[in-house]
Amino acid sequence: MKIAVCVSHVPDTATRIKLGKDEKTIDPDGVTYVINPYDEYAIEEALKTKEKIGNDSEVIIISLGTDSSKESIRKALAMGADGGILLKDETERDSFGVAKALADEIKLQGCEIVFCGKQSVDYDNNIIGQLISELLGYSCITVVVDLKIDGSKITAEREIEGGREVVECELPAVITTQKGLNEPRYASLKGIMAAKKKTIEEKPAAEAEHLTELIKMHLPAPKNPGRILGTDSSAVPELVRLLREEAKVL
Amino acid sequence: MANKILAILEQREGLLKRSAFEAVTMAKQLSAELNLEAEVVVVGNEVSNINDIGNYGIDKVIHLKSTELENYSSSGYRDAVADYAKETDADYLLFANTALGKDLAPRLAVALNAGCLIDCVKLDSSSGELIATRPVYAGKALIDVKCNSTKKVITIRPNVFKAEETGSSSSTDVKVIEINSPNLKCKVVDFKKSEGKLDVAEADIIVSGGRGLKGPENFHLIEDLANALGAAVGASRAVVDAGWRPHGEQVGQTGKTVSPSLYVACAISGAIQHLAGMSSAKYIVAINKDKDAPIFNIADYGIAGDVFEILPALTEEIKKVKQE
Repeated sequence: MKIAVCVSHVPDTATRIKLGKDEKTIDPDGVTYVINPYDEYAIEEALKTKEKIGNDSEVIIISLGTDSSKESIRKALAMGADGGILLKDETERDSFGVAKALADEIKLQGCEIVFCGKQSVDYDNNIIGQLISELLGYSCITVVVDLKIDGSKITAEREIEGGREVVECELPAVITTQKGLNEPRYASLKGIMAAKKKTIEEKPAAEAEHLTELIKMHLPAPKNPGRILGTDSSAVPELVRLLREEAKVL
Repeated sequence: MANKILAILEQREGLLKRSAFEAVTMAKQLSAELNLEAEVVVVGNEVSNINDIGNYGIDKVIHLKSTELENYSSSGYRDAVADYAKETDADYLLFANTALGKDLAPRLAVALNAGCLIDCVKLDSSSGELIATRPVYAGKALIDVKCNSTKKVITIRPNVFKAEETGSSSSTDVKVIEINSPNLKCKVVDFKKSEGKLDVAEADIIVSGGRGLKGPENFHLIEDLANALGAAVGASRAVVDAGWRPHGEQVGQTGKTVSPSLYVACAISGAIQHLAGMSSAKYIVAINKDKDAPIFNIADYGIAGDVFEILPALTEEIKKVKQE
């Protein structure tokens, strides 16, 4: 069985965002790009699934982006994935455009299980997994923190407000992964060496229509620093008074 | 005939949530601005407060009803809503960006070939077309975005737009459409409730603790204050990664992004990924012994002192005030 993992290459969460000259994207100068944190759980779960169902299965990493995305693919290969595909695209796409190209490739590869991070930490849309599943006619369970695959039956727990939903569906399926699902493994030295020898297949990303258009990116209005009311518990009555009378939140 | 906007409301255990009424108010507002007919769609079995919808200004309610759709089913809810949206040729579908809304909205987008405007914090139609503003990079930046497609799927961030009772029309005209043998390819079979606690994603007040608490055994200071305030407990990434607290409580770029009325950050220095997740709170209180901690740059009120001394006093003061 073929297992796909969709991976995106994003600015590290410690990044301080500066606007780019086009006022539509960020200024990449000085920004460190990393594998999307939620995608690490997706890779780990794919590898665990492969280990469980046996050696005739294969984990394929698919990423849409520029040449720099190869770094994240390479990292996934070092963790133990079998192959990597870069769908090359230099332009900015909307979520639908990204999902369409990924879905086309997943179909071409014949993958029956697809893992994606629940969202990428750049555009925070939280929709790619759902879009891919709908485009392919697969089942889909999002924000998964526990997963069991038994034959073709999937039982997953997904995080919602105030608890977890237990969800059942059948393969083929898309699973979007949340922190807590597993502990992503570190790449071993052997894994890193092996990853250097694996080839990353490169091909142009399939064209897709843009259903949405980004008009402008801007920064939130800076907050004025507030007041330091004191340095010990003698400031507490004043704090409570302000919360009641000024902020009116109590 | 004017085109339609459908507000798709979430019910859980037969009860419409507060965020659902926020979606009704927003749909009502957009319907006036964009000259649309507004309807509300509820999927589920019995919904006890369905007649409250009229109080929020939309009196036409479609109840897509089935005992088998009492709990969420992504396939069943998608098909039921998609069929109705196609039948009425609605151009706009509006959801609250809750766990259910996030899961369901993009599926409808594919079914209707619609663009998605997700997690919107502002919707502006003054130019005649709808421009959405939404946070990216967990709120470190915002983007203005619009749909090129005729059909549009929109989700709004909970707790940002107010649910407003109009006071005038309080009648609700509920039309029930029975859904026979729904598509249950993917369905919820059980719900495991967290131990009686408020969720940070839904709470109006959040008290969060960080590494400065020195150990998980000291988190009772956070819990006591949260209980006194009727607040949810949150945590920084450092304490979640250290295993002191469950990841469901994590606030920040790889946790939850929250917009409560009040956020109390205790012994949290304010790493940029944490600030991104909570800086849109209406009021922020910081308690930290380091007066130069970045958290004070965005806090409305701060006490630059020792949490172990200040938190018990604050909890007592809140209890006293609440009793008055």
